[in-house]
Amino acid sequence: MISYILRRTFAAVILLLVVTAVTFAIFFLLPRLAGQTADQLAQQYIGKSPTKADIAAVKQNLGLDEPLYAQYWHFIKGIVAGATYNLGPTTAHCDAPCFGYSFKTHEAVWPQLTSRIPVTFSLAAGAAVLWLVSGVVIGVISALKPRSFFDRTFMGVALAGVSLPMFFTGSLAILLFTYQWPIFGRTYVPFTENPAQWANTLFPAWCSLALLYSAIYARLTRSGMLETMNEDFIRTARAKGLRERNVVTRHGLRAALTPIITVFGMDLGLLLGGAVITETVFSLPGIGQYAVQGITDNDLPPILGVTLLAALFVVIANLLVDLLYAAADPRVRLS
Amino acid sequence: MRRSALAAVAAIGSASLLLSACSKADDNGGDGNKSAGANAATKGVVNASTQKGGTVTYEYSDVPDSFDPGNTYYAYMYNLSRLYARPLMTFQPGPGEEGNKLVPDLAEKAGEPSDGGKTWTYKIRSGLKYQDGTAITSKDVKYAVERSNFARDVLSLGPNYFQQFMQGGKAYKGPYKDKSPEGLKSIETPDDTTIVFKLNRPFQEFDYLVATPQTAPVPQAKDTGIDYVKSIVSSGSYKFQSYDEGKQAVLVKNENWDPKTDPLRKQYPDKIVVKLKVNAETIDQDVQAGDAIDLGGTGVQAATQAKVVNDAKLKANTDNTYGGRLVYMAINNQVAPFDKVECRKAVEYAVDKVSVQTAEGGPIRGDIATTVLPPDITGYAKADVYATTGNKGDAAKAKEQLKACGKTTISTNISARSDRPQEIDAATAIIASLKKVGINASLKQYPSGKYFTDYAGVPTFDKKQNIGLHMMQWGADWNSGYGFLQQILHGDAIGASGNTNLSYLNDKQINEMLEKAIATEDDTTRNGLYGQIDKRAMDLAALVPLTYFKVLLYRPSGYTNLVSTSAFSGQYDYLNIGTTKK
Repeated sequence: MISYILRRTFAAVILLLVVTAVTFAIFFLLPRLAGQTADQLAQQYIGKSPTKADIAAVKQNLGLDEPLYAQYWHFIKGIVAGATYNLGPTTAHCDAPCFGYSFKTHEAVWPQLTSRIPVTFSLAAGAAVLWLVSGVVIGVISALKPRSFFDRTFMGVALAGVSLPMFFTGSLAILLFTYQWPIFGRTYVPFTENPAQWANTLFPAWCSLALLYSAIYARLTRSGMLETMNEDFIRTARAKGLRERNVVTRHGLRAALTPIITVFGMDLGLLLGGAVITETVFSLPGIGQYAVQGITDNDLPPILGVTLLAALFVVIANLLVDLLYAAADPRVRLS
Repeated sequence: MRRSALAAVAAIGSASLLLSACSKADDNGGDGNKSAGANAATKGVVNASTQKGGTVTYEYSDVPDSFDPGNTYYAYMYNLSRLYARPLMTFQPGPGEEGNKLVPDLAEKAGEPSDGGKTWTYKIRSGLKYQDGTAITSKDVKYAVERSNFARDVLSLGPNYFQQFMQGGKAYKGPYKDKSPEGLKSIETPDDTTIVFKLNRPFQEFDYLVATPQTAPVPQAKDTGIDYVKSIVSSGSYKFQSYDEGKQAVLVKNENWDPKTDPLRKQYPDKIVVKLKVNAETIDQDVQAGDAIDLGGTGVQAATQAKVVNDAKLKANTDNTYGGRLVYMAINNQVAPFDKVECRKAVEYAVDKVSVQTAEGGPIRGDIATTVLPPDITGYAKADVYATTGNKGDAAKAKEQLKACGKTTISTNISARSDRPQEIDAATAIIASLKKVGINASLKQYPSGKYFTDYAGVPTFDKKQNIGLHMMQWGADWNSGYGFLQQILHGDAIGASGNTNLSYLNDKQINEMLEKAIATEDDTTRNGLYGQIDKRAMDLAALVPLTYFKVLLYRPSGYTNLVSTSAFSGQYDYLNIGTTKK
């Protein structure tokens, strides 16, 4: 088990390095290949009518006057060893892991990410509980009563849920439940400040996300359960005289959960890396919103930071999924 | 160009705008409700009140460049920052063009020019204090100007007019590198209340320059450069209680602000909350619910616009006014065949401005333009050099000019910003107009973030890509002819990249008239010169004026002292907005 985790961790580090290199190349190398100069890049982060000296100073301050490989090396080095930045009258040390320094806002990226992780985590966790519970329950009942009224109704609803984009369901939820009938709050409140208010303001976002995802999980669970419930070991379990509830939950559902765990891990990992549309629609100051801001401003360090963090979450989620496989399905062995 | 958060405007879709443009809703409401009526805040103060207390909330769909008064270039931040940073001069809160009147703020009175307008002296008021109770001196004003204009590697986001116009400005390295006690020698502070600016040329509109937040005092001992934004020391009626980068700022009353030193601010609400990155549609909902003011001040979104202008009751709560901006198409003088004036004139006559106006959202989003200067900019003179019937273009005259240019057809490209749907729609309408006279233009789209630095603003790129026409929108740094025209018509504004003079016009006569105007002391003569420059630019067919941009604001009920001012692109003046809600 330990050697398995170590091997996966090593592979994850390599993967993350590749992710940063590719992101870096997209934002720095490709524009240069297309003819963009470092001066033009620096000009995007300076006001009107800059002198040559101004441009040179900004290039130096942002490190844009260095070769690309050196800029990439400084970024990677900063994550491990931290970095020092010029604030004007003084310098500031950005402790490891230093994910760089925004060209636009001149803020260190890491504190921004850490202050936003709780928001994104709050959104993802609440929505995940809702969609997992509702999706699996609907899927199981539909599978046990195939082609019934319940099955057809909820699979229809599931199809609608998958089809409706977040910017529609989210906007509708805001309109109905915060303005038309102001049941829920509009401004995010941290859990540490007021847990009830936290849940109240996030509930429309959770439901909107859950509507989208639970539809997928319901369909996945249904097809998995339909297949599993026809397996020999289920017949054996029934033949042994086990109660139907135990047959369904301990044997059927457990075996059908494997693909759901896989998808859940990926979905949760991706969501933790920034629910871009949901955070934008619901004005939630999370990681996704930070990424959008970075892209709007053509501000590379925040984009790199979010990309790296998102990749990290996906990698961790995948690792957890693999570990959970063994627990969920006795046929799986980690080797 | 002082920026105006146009990204928000860019999101407006044409279909809804067209719908709203066709509105027949009554301008005066007429339903007997208690609203002050449509456009009331452009004519006077709406909900005038001296009621104190409560919380005023501003919401913005994006993030400002900076709350640091020395590192911002957005009109709404110029407006808002006055709550915690008092510049030497500012604008009198008042409706429309009344709001353009300059009045002393930190200074006792307007600047006293000498040496033909090359030296400007200001005396600051006595008894001024920062939020910590320490005295504000003229040296703090000098330091604020130095840090904001001469340390561009650190504070790069504001304009740098002082660097351009102060004696020795180009050589001075800024206070972070130049540690000499005297700093920039051309700004003198003979005593704690006097500050003298020595310029490298006569500049009669210097009072406008010192009305920027860059002259708001900053105590050198408390300046932490980039990090100053996290601990701004207030000189205004409010101070920061908290600042959460990219999310929210909360201001509370500054107890060391003395109303006796300040005839402008009233300190009505107890608290001011600025919420950032709020969904644009949510802002509209909050504004209509009377819970917030749109900080960006560019107006409501498409769906809201369609709703409010088609409902007389709702429309009575709106203000539709000029935003000090011109929407235009620059004709690149350096890209053949537009190096010939006749070819440029052919374009002038060919464009159907009504179709462009419709594409942009109809009259509610802008009146048809015929001059370079918009009507709310000082120096505007009504004119129409290329008048056509109903502003719909004149194909016969266009073809005549084309013939005079030695062409029967022209093949060119037109650039527009890919993330501004209105601009794309306007360019598409122009392409259709031009095609009728034999000018075949293809649309080239580029992201707005790099429009000037990498694409339209790079002359070599334009020539290589045969981009002869550029979609453009421009607002003044200050509302005078010079503040509007210099960056888009002066030859000195042309560089290797980052150009905003997209006509690439370098006309000796215009350059000289601009320099003459800014050195002319008499207001009437100076403003007359701006009109002449405008006419000269139109005679040269440097650009095609399309519309005078207008904003559509919704007045939140419950907020007091709302007045739309020309000084800040038609936004409400944020200095004294209060609330009746507790």
